[in-house]
Amino acid sequence: MEIKDKVGWSVSEMAQNVARDIPDGSYVNLGIGMPEMVAGFIPEGREVIYHTENGLLGMGAVAFPGTEDPELVNAGKKYVTAIPGAAYFHHADSFAMIRGGHIDICVLGAYQISEEGDLANWSTGEADDIPAVGGAMDLVAGVETIFVITKHTTKTGEPKIIKDCTYPLTGKNVVSCIYTDLAIIDVKDKKLVVRKLAPGVSFEELQQQTGAVLYPNP
Amino acid sequence: MINKVFHTAAEAVADVFNGATVMISGFGEAGSPVELIHALVDRGARNLTIVSNNAGSGHVGLAALIENRQVSKIICSFPRTLISVVFPELYRSGGIELELVPQGTLAERIRAGGAGIPAFYTRTSVGTPLAEGKEEREFGNQHFVMEKAIQADFALVKCQTADRYGNLVYNKTARNFGPVMCMAAKTTIVQAKKIVEPGEIDPECVVTPGIFVKRVVEISNPADESKLVAEERRYPWK
Repeated sequence: MEIKDKVGWSVSEMAQNVARDIPDGSYVNLGIGMPEMVAGFIPEGREVIYHTENGLLGMGAVAFPGTEDPELVNAGKKYVTAIPGAAYFHHADSFAMIRGGHIDICVLGAYQISEEGDLANWSTGEADDIPAVGGAMDLVAGVETIFVITKHTTKTGEPKIIKDCTYPLTGKNVVSCIYTDLAIIDVKDKKLVVRKLAPGVSFEELQQQTGAVLYPNP
Repeated sequence: MINKVFHTAAEAVADVFNGATVMISGFGEAGSPVELIHALVDRGARNLTIVSNNAGSGHVGLAALIENRQVSKIICSFPRTLISVVFPELYRSGGIELELVPQGTLAERIRAGGAGIPAFYTRTSVGTPLAEGKEEREFGNQHFVMEKAIQADFALVKCQTADRYGNLVYNKTARNFGPVMCMAAKTTIVQAKKIVEPGEIDPECVVTPGIFVKRVVEISNPADESKLVAEERRYPWK
């Protein structure tokens, strides 16, 4: 599980960085993939309630093999469990929680993030792409605090944090904070402010791997 | 006497006509009314517009309906699953129209359709390609897009328990789109795992009141779609 790079943070450490910023008592929606890992790293003593947009508040851990219930799934269609005190509801209520501003924090993955906090995470816009948006646009429009967890660059080393997104947008000016393997970057007043550098990473190196202007933490 | 109970899925869908708009409940396999969909495959109605969150998996359920070329358009938020082959192939070859809708907007458009609200404004999709061509309006310095209600001729819905009045209770996250779809269709057809006597469902616990439901049919042992997909089954069964 733990893959240590020479420099920077591992995926688990990235998830840990996100988890540290989730206050006690938060209602949180975790996107599919890397964001799901965050639940494993909430510091002890904090109680966090997970919302899954397909109709469950109080989502528990992934179901043990042999106990899966095909009618108890999360947004990624994985078999999960419900905690004591959980609630089920229909889709319009579930998205009223999102669009009505009742969910405190949402953690999502990203293809691209712009310097003003625009997010592109649903389509590469390529001709043979099957477009699928799910709840991503509702989440970024309705949840006040959007955390993005992502590798700093693409698999081919292209920056994911760039001046303007080239992929179709999920939402404009929606990202609050970006957690990468190289840094934690806050989006403050449409500026990218580096809050913390990963071990072995300098501000200059970070800037080199970023396609937008970064500001040091004042 | 009111009795909405039908004896077979085939009878329950016998009047679904060519060109109908049909809502189908489910989030992936959870809540997908596989037996009603298969009855619709048998019925053979064509040129359907389907409203559903996904576009089916493998070659059963909604995927079988699409594969049988009965669907000309799908209104949907996420037409991809790990094992969806039918929709992507047909879409790439231009054989099916897709209206992609954010999931919350889809749920709310259906809810609005059932509540007599013709349209509403939402922040969702503002500034994205999915807002193109839609009316925009400002409220309190924020931008919103107008989204129109969706209504349907039929809804096919799966629930856990029903009575002859059409009162429904669902199971866990299989509830998803069921309650709003029941409201938004002229003829809502429900498959229930169990039909009980009136009064056996605690009125405090009724999720969908019977007024929104026209027909219920008991399917006591519904198929697990994921199992059928894993076994590479195809509908019609061979």
